[in-house]
Amino acid sequence: MNTPLQGPAKALRLAAIGATVVALGAGFAYAAGWIGTPALTPQRIIDTFEAQAGHHPGYRKNHAKGLCVSGYFESSGQAQALSSARVFSQARVPVIGRFAIGGANPYSPDAGVPTRSLAIQLSTDDGQVWRTGMNNPPVLAVSTAQGFYDLVLASGPSPSTGKPDPAKLQAFFAAHPESAAFRQWAASAKPSDSFANTDYNSINAFRLIDASGKAQAVRWRMVAQTPFAALPAQVEDNLYLQHDLQQRLSQAPLRWTLRLTLAEPGDAIDDPASQWPDSRRSIDAGTLVIDHVDAPEQGACRDLNFDPLILPSGIEASADPILAARSAAYSESFNRRSRESLGAGARP
Amino acid sequence: MKPSAFHPLARLVHWLMAILILAMLFIGVSMVGDLSPRHPWLVELHKATGLALLALVVLRIILRLVLPHPPLPADLPPLQRFAAGASHLALYGLMLAMPLLGWAMLSAGGYPRPLQLPAIMPHDLQLYAVLRQAHGWAGYLLFVTILAHLGAALFHALVRRDGVLRSMWPGPLRRSD
Repeated sequence: MNTPLQGPAKALRLAAIGATVVALGAGFAYAAGWIGTPALTPQRIIDTFEAQAGHHPGYRKNHAKGLCVSGYFESSGQAQALSSARVFSQARVPVIGRFAIGGANPYSPDAGVPTRSLAIQLSTDDGQVWRTGMNNPPVLAVSTAQGFYDLVLASGPSPSTGKPDPAKLQAFFAAHPESAAFRQWAASAKPSDSFANTDYNSINAFRLIDASGKAQAVRWRMVAQTPFAALPAQVEDNLYLQHDLQQRLSQAPLRWTLRLTLAEPGDAIDDPASQWPDSRRSIDAGTLVIDHVDAPEQGACRDLNFDPLILPSGIEASADPILAARSAAYSESFNRRSRESLGAGARP
Repeated sequence: MKPSAFHPLARLVHWLMAILILAMLFIGVSMVGDLSPRHPWLVELHKATGLALLALVVLRIILRLVLPHPPLPADLPPLQRFAAGASHLALYGLMLAMPLLGWAMLSAGGYPRPLQLPAIMPHDLQLYAVLRQAHGWAGYLLFVTILAHLGAALFHALVRRDGVLRSMWPGPLRRSD
């Protein structure tokens, strides 16, 4: 054993040890984004939602206003050849879901928000779960998380009027030609008078994996079996869609067909802004039956994060960057509202 | 008779866990602020490695209890002796707590667990909030404790030169030791 060091040699070595420890700590701080300027983060996206729509403790940070529902999914068996996921073979799969309108404000009037969503969790008897969050537009206006963030900024309320600035939006769309398919949809889509007669789209593509491991890229859509009726021009009730849903479900269950659209070689799998041609083959995988709605801010859906990357074996994510960003941002929203639920006055 | 070095198996597990834990802390702290296509991949890696570390820490605790290990140098001042004991207790406690908190928070958050592991906590949003934050703070505490552990190991090796680092060194030991 050597003797302990003293004097300048000791000081030098102590300094070297200190420098080593500080360097490792600095690396950690950099990885955490505490130093330097990190790229776009989930935190910044959620902060922006709150800056625009206000801080609403306890609520989801986007699609804040919604209702929990439940029901079941009846598989048709037709998608079994494409995916080994149990959901496509099990006769009846329990479902927990949530209808919502877009935006981070839980007090928006139902009829004033063009975006509607349906998120569901399907729990199969093999112990696996599938969560999917679907919106009424078939495509997004943007292809990347940065594009999404810029769109949020461009469509935010202007400080002078409190309303979105049309010039800013126009400039955004001019700078983002990938938004063409979305703009075409937005210009032609007629809002319906119910969550029940609205179609909901996966928007992002996923990969179905069959029993032999072969992959088929798909998008899916919940096609309403309830006939379309237009939203009245004048709606007084801020809870119009919620009241409508409660009224319909007090009479009979509501049904949607789960339609899988199969990509062909050359289709943009990883671009949620790109529309696939209408001629693509589709498969009706089964029927979603919703037969129960919970009281506002109540029910099993409330404490679930409908992260679109919670997938059973037999369904995999595509490389769509928006899918990864959604997963990250949903997680941040879930963490924040869970923390807020500890505080007084937080709803729901 | 106490050995002058740790058992080779103890040293193997120590260095394997050292690499995995440091990687886990860096992955964990960076993935929560990352929304790139790396994000889902990092989260999956984090969960799988966490499960592996849970198995390793159980093995590690058993090894610590059954294998003889070298004593601290006899001339170590009482304060350093206390710091060594306390920091090692903290390291073992945090190494065990981190994966269990991860598993518990996934359970309380209603999230699926890797390998379809059962839930170890009820699905409860407020419980999730507490466990999620505890997982984060315990991670910071573990990182700080590791920094102290690293600093102390280097202090033993470079300043005190008392053979403590050598007793855990991954390579073969010199005959003179």
